[in-house]
Amino acid sequence: MVSVAVKGKDNKGVVAKDTSRSGDDHGTPSRYSIKRWLFSTNHKDIGTMYLVFAIFAGLVGGSLSFFMRLELQQPEVQYFLNAGEPDGHMWAVFITAHGLIMVFFTVMPALIGGFGNWFVPLLIGAPDMAFPRMNNISFWLLVPAFGLLVSSMLFGGAGTGWTLYPPLSGLLGHSDPSVDLAIFAMHLAGVSSILGAINFIVTILNMRAPGLALHKMPLFVWATLITAFLLLLTMPVFGGAITMLLADRNFATSFFVAEGGGDPLLFQHLFWFFGHPEVYIMILPAFGIISHIVSTFSRKPVFGYLAMVYAMVSIGFFGSIVWAHHMFTVGMSLAAQSYFTIATLIIAVPTGIKIFSWLATMWGGSISFRVPMLWSLGFIGLFTIGGVTGVVLANGGVDTQLHDTYYVVGHFHYVLSLGSVFAIFAGFYYWFSKMSGCVIPEWAGKVHFWTTFIGVNLTFFPMHFLGLAGMPRRYIDYNEAFAGWNAVASYGSYLSLSSTLFFVVTVVCVLLRGRSAVAANYWGKGADTLEWTVSSPPPYHSFSNPPRIT
Amino acid sequence: MASTPTHDYHLVSPSPWPALGAFSAFVMMFGFVLYLHPTMLGEGLGAPLTQLGSWTIVPGISLVFLTMLLWWRDVISEAHGGYHKPIVQLGLRYGMVLFIFSEVMFFVAFFWAFFNASLFPSAAVGGVWPPTGIHTFDPLGLPFTNTIVLLLSGTTVTWAHHALLEDDRSGLIKGLSLTIILGLLFTSLQIYEYGHAAFTIKDGIYGSTFYLATGFHGLHVIIGTIFLIVCLYRALHGDFMPRQHFGFEAAAWYWHFVDVVWLFLFICVYWWGG
Repeated sequence: MVSVAVKGKDNKGVVAKDTSRSGDDHGTPSRYSIKRWLFSTNHKDIGTMYLVFAIFAGLVGGSLSFFMRLELQQPEVQYFLNAGEPDGHMWAVFITAHGLIMVFFTVMPALIGGFGNWFVPLLIGAPDMAFPRMNNISFWLLVPAFGLLVSSMLFGGAGTGWTLYPPLSGLLGHSDPSVDLAIFAMHLAGVSSILGAINFIVTILNMRAPGLALHKMPLFVWATLITAFLLLLTMPVFGGAITMLLADRNFATSFFVAEGGGDPLLFQHLFWFFGHPEVYIMILPAFGIISHIVSTFSRKPVFGYLAMVYAMVSIGFFGSIVWAHHMFTVGMSLAAQSYFTIATLIIAVPTGIKIFSWLATMWGGSISFRVPMLWSLGFIGLFTIGGVTGVVLANGGVDTQLHDTYYVVGHFHYVLSLGSVFAIFAGFYYWFSKMSGCVIPEWAGKVHFWTTFIGVNLTFFPMHFLGLAGMPRRYIDYNEAFAGWNAVASYGSYLSLSSTLFFVVTVVCVLLRGRSAVAANYWGKGADTLEWTVSSPPPYHSFSNPPRIT
Repeated sequence: MASTPTHDYHLVSPSPWPALGAFSAFVMMFGFVLYLHPTMLGEGLGAPLTQLGSWTIVPGISLVFLTMLLWWRDVISEAHGGYHKPIVQLGLRYGMVLFIFSEVMFFVAFFWAFFNASLFPSAAVGGVWPPTGIHTFDPLGLPFTNTIVLLLSGTTVTWAHHALLEDDRSGLIKGLSLTIILGLLFTSLQIYEYGHAAFTIKDGIYGSTFYLATGFHGLHVIIGTIFLIVCLYRALHGDFMPRQHFGFEAAAWYWHFVDVVWLFLFICVYWWGG
């Protein structure tokens, strides 16, 4: 990241002393006051609520996948039974809920809502977000959204997949209220995202400390800015699409109904116009976090800072014009397939710039393998695997064979579960003591990392073999020929789940044990961004005197 | 040390409205689902809920309106309290521009649906656009009148703005009142047009795209009109200064946005697509 010499009025350079605490801590409300959380206008408290919510939702979404792996451990149907018969619908409901929960209620709230809220203001030397009150409704809207989604499981269950394609999501496929509840859940989550995106853009454009030019801005802030623009560009289109779906279901319109002159493929286009940028929305903030951590633990500034910035900008741009590579099998023209193949392949270039810049940052650095660095190295290796299989799938001809197989499932879990989620853990271990003032023992973090690392690779790597061998996604049962690798995948998932529970128990224990004396900059020399100039935990209101960046 | 902040940003006090807003949104959405599926909570509740029909949405919508009222009342009193320093006003401007951009993208979805259907009309609608059997409006009739009405309202809101900048209160009030009247006239003409349409929302893809695109536009006209009415009320009570009147500016921007969307609707849907 950019090295900034911090010369505030009261502090020179990176100091372990917090300069603004004495004055502002008087205003800190008790943490047991419900009003503090319900009525909050404080970016740190709202960030904390986002993180807690994301962990909770992640456990719910993770348990769904645990039950699915339990079922898939061996051929034939053992658990998803209804009156003794295999219940394929229940299976589809689990898949849908797992996808939607992980995307909208775990990864996005953790990366953007959690770390974004906590650290964007700190990294730019701002006293809070631009619209602190709107910030709070962005968070609290997630609660009813999650409630509506869970209730959709109780009222019939939406078995559409997170893509909600009609006609399966139409009245014919789901006549019960489940899909309507899921649509409204997505409406509220979408409003939350749009308001959050506006808040981040305005904060970053309007509230940077004096001297912090855009080209000096830390990479996590850049990542959040680009992510926010992607959200603003695509989320309303998704909102429009599900509104049309709602109208088709309930008000007899024909947007996606072929008999009325409508077009089911229109939904796929509208969905993926949002859905593909959405995967960059989930990975760009992760890129930002990894850049900070790699730089900190290599004790070197990030290699090629400007290239890193514009790589993210171009990933955001190209990521918005490649959506139909999710639809190679729908019968598009050859010209369209060629375009979407080539445009998608181009994204490998800026992504490669990022991977190699991280490697170059480490090159010749004084590397320490602390827990956040382990997660980051895991991220770089595993995300690259996911990126490379993405290049394979980008080819329309190849994808025709691999579409809707476990190869695709393996691919996107490598970039999201082993990419975004690894970055979430990396950021969590990097900033946990800054946020809480408590310390997670190094050994516990290492146990968590290695067990997760082994677990997820056991789960997702074999999926490539299964997909290449022809195992289709989203089925409750499979041919006996696929039994071996499925068992391996399931064992891996039990290990990952145990590892996650170990993580949660560890964090709870650490928090119960209370704060210890943590220095402002506990990572030492490599950590040179502004959040390391305030105490750990920071005062309730930080940067009441904006620092001057030189 | 540092007990007096040396920045001009507005650190808003804790507020119950966001949580109330989120709760209201849940009540509204669940009420909507109850309207769509009255029997979902069991047959016992089915009969009274069916009786209620779309009234099940009313409690939620009322709560949402209440939240907006209380929330924006606070924003206005904070502006009076001097919390909206120039840099905060700049942030509010950025915010409004971004919000309008997100609204534009919402309409993009409906224009996408429209062009998808009209540029590539399927066999189900006879392979032509407008579909066979659909009697469209004469674009130079009522729709053109509406275009003139909205364009005129764009000039009157600019009149109000210039009057405000010149500290001419009576010009501001006249311009705003005229804009509101023209907005209400547009909505009335639109309702009249809907009442005399030769096709319904159920008549295939033409009715679907027509009514959702123009309907959502109409909804935004109504929202914009309410926004302008609030501004008029504030202007009558002495609010807005030549140097600080973000609330008015936001309303005017929103009104222009609604205007521009209409021009696209008029040209694409009514004229080219008719």
